[in-house]
Amino acid sequence: MTTLQPPVAAEPRPAPPPARRDRRSWAGWGFIGPFVAVFALVFLAPIAYSIYLSLFRNQLIGGNQFVGLDNYTQALKDDAFWSAVGRVAIFLAVQVPIMLGIALLVALALDSGRLYGKSFFRITIFLPYAVPAVVATLMWGFMYGTKYGLVGDINSAFGVTLPDLLSPGWVLASIGNIVTWEFVGYNMLIFYSALRVIPTSLYEAAEIDGAGQWRIIGSIKLPAIRGALVIATIFSIIGSFQLFNEPSILRPLALNSITTDYTPNFYTYSLSFNGQQHNYSATVAIIMGVITMVVAYAVQLRGMRKGA
Amino acid sequence: MSTSVTASPAKTKNTAPKLRTPRAKHTPGKPKRSVLLTVLMALMVLYTVVPLIWLVINSTKTQSGLAESNGLWFAHDFALWDNIRDAFTYHDGIFGRWLLNTLLYVVLGAGGATLLAVLGGYALAKFDFPGKRAVFAVVIGAVAVPGTALAVPTFLMFSKMGLTDTPWAVIIPSLVSPFGLYLMWVFAAEAIPTELLEAARMDGASEVRTFFQVALPLLAPGIVTVLLFTTVATWNNYFLPLIMLKDPDWYPLTLGLSAWSSQAQTIGGDVIFNLVITGSLLTILPLIAAFLFLQKYWQSGLAAGSVKE
Repeated sequence: MTTLQPPVAAEPRPAPPPARRDRRSWAGWGFIGPFVAVFALVFLAPIAYSIYLSLFRNQLIGGNQFVGLDNYTQALKDDAFWSAVGRVAIFLAVQVPIMLGIALLVALALDSGRLYGKSFFRITIFLPYAVPAVVATLMWGFMYGTKYGLVGDINSAFGVTLPDLLSPGWVLASIGNIVTWEFVGYNMLIFYSALRVIPTSLYEAAEIDGAGQWRIIGSIKLPAIRGALVIATIFSIIGSFQLFNEPSILRPLALNSITTDYTPNFYTYSLSFNGQQHNYSATVAIIMGVITMVVAYAVQLRGMRKGA
Repeated sequence: MSTSVTASPAKTKNTAPKLRTPRAKHTPGKPKRSVLLTVLMALMVLYTVVPLIWLVINSTKTQSGLAESNGLWFAHDFALWDNIRDAFTYHDGIFGRWLLNTLLYVVLGAGGATLLAVLGGYALAKFDFPGKRAVFAVVIGAVAVPGTALAVPTFLMFSKMGLTDTPWAVIIPSLVSPFGLYLMWVFAAEAIPTELLEAARMDGASEVRTFFQVALPLLAPGIVTVLLFTTVATWNNYFLPLIMLKDPDWYPLTLGLSAWSSQAQTIGGDVIFNLVITGSLLTILPLIAAFLFLQKYWQSGLAAGSVKE
């Protein structure tokens, strides 16, 4: 989840109106030019190159040949690819609601002003965000293990046999726990920042009208931070579909459970770097990119429409 | 795992009616503190810190102590200092090299990304220029493209340009932070009064001078925030260096740690889990320290213009 973007300050605002009496001029390009130049090199060029690659195939006889959409038809019939997609879809459907639900509850609790030691809680719960996925996965991987880990300790202390968290049946949930641990605090901060923007006068007015805390949450707070909720959901969807770091680092501890095509991203990585199938790998990456954008866009439309 | 986690929200819900005391109506600014809510949050904190406590405790153990002792308590031997020394001397001090590499990537990558984001965000917030809408649409659209979908083509492109296996392969892609741009844009729009810029221009200051003398000081909290988040992104980056770098001499800490960890699985590989754990602790300490010390700045940067009345 390396590329997941950090939190957004608040509900996305509409573009600020152009400065009054400011003439349209090229002066702004002097400031944004450098960003755009590097952006074109590391974002736009690879996208274009990737599309180009996906139309070719490296054949034993004849070398690099134009094959049109053959790679795409191959991918659409590729069971390994679709089972990886199914796996991240399950992950998305289970892990994301749990993570965002906890993050929202924590943010509401912090915002309620009913906590002792509020700033301690806020900073502590956020801290895992500063921990690299590599370290988080190594820590949890050790803890899951029966040899050095807590699971082994619990088993021997209580004379029980907990399920092996690294077995095929459990490993997806174990990865879900790692990702939840890493990003609850980050999402909490997005929600909390958005909650802070709401003017308290709204709450006062609602209380005078006899609204209770739950009513205020339901009728004022949640609608006010809808934008933040949608953005966090979209980032989480992108993150889930890109799942790579956690399974790939956990793999040495769970060779039987995590295959090299465990997630779509892991699959493209293996195709490219272990199989030298760069063209097919680019195709799979494009299809996954399109799926991600479609899902993210659908969520955005739905999220913005709801109750609007 | 999911059942135990979802249990706590349910509990919060049940306690809700109790929180709603009639008294709150008369003191809307100061709600009554709740012990129960605090206890529930403490459980959440426990979930957050147990792995970190585990890391601290286990970095004090030798390889044999790790296997023999309870995970959440100390072994008989206290080997923290030995572990730190061994981490830095193992394999001719490669860990120190990884630390320096990481610092290099952060200074150039995160520093550069912040600079570009500040300049770009300022332009979007305070200038009207041809192509502004297009720039914005493309950048926002590109955020939705999974970064890893770009990884393979970026690798192939960089490989043709002869940049793979050099620090540039890690630094150049780190230079672009669409989120940083967005954050600076929102922040600049609120923190810099347009009238101030107009006054400076009226006095005959150039755009460059106006930016440095008028805008930059006002942007400070936003800059700290963006710098901190781009630093985390670069410090913690794993996937990009993984595909770009073959030579361990250029590895950042994250890649080095995972290499140390997986060498136990190779036949005849040295098992150094004690160094993996101590190295992990050394890797996270600088960032955690930065977040704690700069708390005031980055939180005010995130909450731009969002102070409750």
